[in-house]
Amino acid sequence: MKRVRNILFLVFAALLSVLANGQTTVKGVVKDNKGKAMPGISITLKDTYDGATTDSSGKYSFKTTEKGEQLIVASSIGYKSFEQKIILDGTTQTIDISLKEEITELRAVVLTAGTFEASDRKRAAVVLDPIDIVTTASANGDITGALKTLPGAQQVGESEGLYVRGGTAAETKTFIDGTLVNNFFFSSVPNIAQFGRFSPFIFKGTVFSTGGYSALYGQALSSALILESIDLPDQSSANIGLTVLSGSVGYQHLAKNKKYSWGGSYSYTNLGLAFAVIKQRQDYQKVPAYHNADANFRIKTSKTGMLKYYGYFSNNRLAFTTNSIDSLGYKDRFALGNTNVYHNLAWRENLGSRWKLNMGVSYTNNKDDISSSMQDNNKNEVLLGGLEFKRFNVDVKGNYFNAKFVLEKRLKGLSALRFGSEYNYSNDKSIYTDYNGNKYPGSVKEHINSVFAEADIYITNDVAAKAGTRFEHSALLDKTNIAPRLSIAYKLGKGSQASLAYGIFYQNPERRYLPSTSSLTFMKATHYIAQFQKVANQQSFRTELFYKKYDNLLKTAQTTGQETAINNNGFGDAKGIEFFWRDKKTIKNFDYWISYSYLDTKRDFLNFPFAITPNFAAKHTASLVTKKFVQKWKMNLNAAYNFASGRPYYNIGFDGANYKFNDRGTIPDYHNVSFSINYLPFIGKKNPKAFAVYVLQVSNIFNIKQTYGYQYSYNGYRKEAIVPTSRMFVFLGAFISFGVDRSDEVINNGL
Amino acid sequence: MKKTIFFLVATFLVATSFSQSEKYIAAMKKNIADIDSALIKNDAARLVDIAASFERIGDAEKTQWLPFYYAAYCQITFSFIKNDPASNDGIADKADQLLAKAEALEKSNSEISLLKAMSASLRMLVNPMERWMDLGPKIQNYSQDAMTQDPTNPRPYWFSGVSLKNTPEQFGGGCGTAKPQLDKAMELFGTFKPASELHPNWGKQVCERDAAGCK
Repeated sequence: MKRVRNILFLVFAALLSVLANGQTTVKGVVKDNKGKAMPGISITLKDTYDGATTDSSGKYSFKTTEKGEQLIVASSIGYKSFEQKIILDGTTQTIDISLKEEITELRAVVLTAGTFEASDRKRAAVVLDPIDIVTTASANGDITGALKTLPGAQQVGESEGLYVRGGTAAETKTFIDGTLVNNFFFSSVPNIAQFGRFSPFIFKGTVFSTGGYSALYGQALSSALILESIDLPDQSSANIGLTVLSGSVGYQHLAKNKKYSWGGSYSYTNLGLAFAVIKQRQDYQKVPAYHNADANFRIKTSKTGMLKYYGYFSNNRLAFTTNSIDSLGYKDRFALGNTNVYHNLAWRENLGSRWKLNMGVSYTNNKDDISSSMQDNNKNEVLLGGLEFKRFNVDVKGNYFNAKFVLEKRLKGLSALRFGSEYNYSNDKSIYTDYNGNKYPGSVKEHINSVFAEADIYITNDVAAKAGTRFEHSALLDKTNIAPRLSIAYKLGKGSQASLAYGIFYQNPERRYLPSTSSLTFMKATHYIAQFQKVANQQSFRTELFYKKYDNLLKTAQTTGQETAINNNGFGDAKGIEFFWRDKKTIKNFDYWISYSYLDTKRDFLNFPFAITPNFAAKHTASLVTKKFVQKWKMNLNAAYNFASGRPYYNIGFDGANYKFNDRGTIPDYHNVSFSINYLPFIGKKNPKAFAVYVLQVSNIFNIKQTYGYQYSYNGYRKEAIVPTSRMFVFLGAFISFGVDRSDEVINNGL
Repeated sequence: MKKTIFFLVATFLVATSFSQSEKYIAAMKKNIADIDSALIKNDAARLVDIAASFERIGDAEKTQWLPFYYAAYCQITFSFIKNDPASNDGIADKADQLLAKAEALEKSNSEISLLKAMSASLRMLVNPMERWMDLGPKIQNYSQDAMTQDPTNPRPYWFSGVSLKNTPEQFGGGCGTAKPQLDKAMELFGTFKPASELHPNWGKQVCERDAAGCK
């Protein structure tokens, strides 16, 4: 027995020694390029099963029976994979590995200075989700309404547009799929801010730059609003909308092969019902009524390519009277008719070998027919001595064409080179008819040609820069400009980064002050921005310090009763600090953001006698936006509070030689509290037959008196506050969309 | 005793001359057993190591879809256990890469479709309010695919049931709608036979537990 046991032992020993001789131990430590141990890294002997994963101190060790020359591979997402030859000869091999970080979108620092982004991309610049645009209580479903709750934008209520960091609304330009949009808002009406023309639902991404934006965009001194339209819809659908203001129908068809889609919608808006319930300051002879129609198609031209068309038509009219400030017992009448046609065609394609093409064309045709006159109490037209100028007619026709292409070459990592060209054509024709029937035609034609190039340079995941230059030539001014842009971002730690931006921005004189008898040049702004941002786990904080210098702003004078550009001797500056804090974490299902802006700005432009704080600039602006989703009720409860400290107001008179102040002061602080409820009864239902959103929105719920400024009688003796058309406003609407596969069923069920 | 010696020697001989496929089967079996023991010990981090090991097998074999399938399964299960939505996108990226490799070798497979649904639902959990409109139908479609591609597979019913169970009642979830799915899954678990000992055969215990939570 003992003998047998010995034999057994021998066999075992032999077996073990053979096995042991056949095995090689491979071990080592994996570190990143900063020398930090990396846990969880997979180490593999290439094309074998053998390998290991590093432990918490970055160490690994495994045994292999493979022999001879082999490759050892270490890989991890976000790092360049490591390969090294090793000879397996039974002796323990120690292979220490250093992995180099790959520059990836997820880890790399993001160039965020001056930029707010609303999109689904996982980037640090993203502070809003696309849905935030429509669920911000004070936004009234308008894109710019939501952006006004971000730092940098003013709460200006008497006219439309984004007034950014001491700039006028005209200093903000809007781009859809890369090309410039003229007439983004409905045509101006005195002292009543107009809405944007486009539904927020046609866009999937919004980038709001409050300064220092890319060389791909130009002709905006202060700000660029860059919108990206949606690609193919998820499914075919039909939708109807019914609100106190409007009715709409639409249809979207998605091809079975999901390669293309087409669709269109029509809406009719009539403010009659709302105005009957909510008393307006104006007495409407023709209640604002709008016909809007749009059509689109989207074609997948390849795996990565997409061709998109969006066409828009709108026709609207309105006429109202207000008690005349110039002559007691009389009324001022204002009437506007507008027809606007907009086409946008955009194409993007990957051309292979990391080349990418983006191109687009857009065309706008806009007609405004404005008439002004005075009426007596019986609504008969009158012509009062000394106030004859108040009766006039202006016909404005604008044709705008914009074409742009951008070629992009992706270099190593995230670095990229981009260049391209842009052409802008505008032709504005107007006929001014005075009370005597004398016609004064005007015409301004402009061609702006631009070329631009920019480079994104990612040195590591922690340092990145974007450097670009833009050249523009204006045929009208017969001048050329060169606008360099630079921004740098540096990662300070996990989720926190610091950014700097610098840039020169040019803009042509506004066409409403043209033609001019003198030779003009580009207006110029120079931006300096410093930003700190920290984003962590559903919370984001950012603060930005900026300085903006204006040169060559337009100065105007009165010629034949009209404000006309005379020179570029205007100037100004703006500086300030802004804060933004968003928190989705602290309270469950409750999301809020706070923004605050401090602005110190002065400028001398247009008819200002000298450099003053302009009437559109408040020193302190703040917003609190809250959103709460109540699962039980399937309701989104949104509230917003907007604040602006009193803005200055001026009555600037012309004494025949100079402009001077007839009156000046400060308007009261602005407060607005809005509330909205979105009720989504179908949310989360399995295979819902329809999807509906019911909206109730109340702006200025506390009925606070809001003053936007003052207007003066012609002689300057009387002044009147400019206030909203009504204090409180209530909006109620239902939007229902049917997945088309099931809409028959729904209709058959007697909906 | 001689027999014992003979047996040992034979074992030794066999062990050193394992054919490639036997080696594959042995390695897979070991890893599958490792998954079970990691789950029993509640050692989620271990799943990442096992995923890496499966991936090594897949990369070395080149023609087998199951290693990639299990690697993705380990990643996804790890992420569900970890329950840290902020990290879900990264893990889902990795899982989807692995599933693409598996799918290149095995088309229209019910088990792969199910993991695609699970990966998409990891992504949705990052920001459900914002993403459900987009991802909800995708999860639905993958689950539906999984059910039609193999009507005897209990796992798609379990996943659909457990997803419903975790959905608030107001949104059409809760035990009321989850129970029939979980019951159906339990019924199928009773008769389900995997195609081989390496093919997916997980989920019965979890399903029992989930079904027990819905009485």
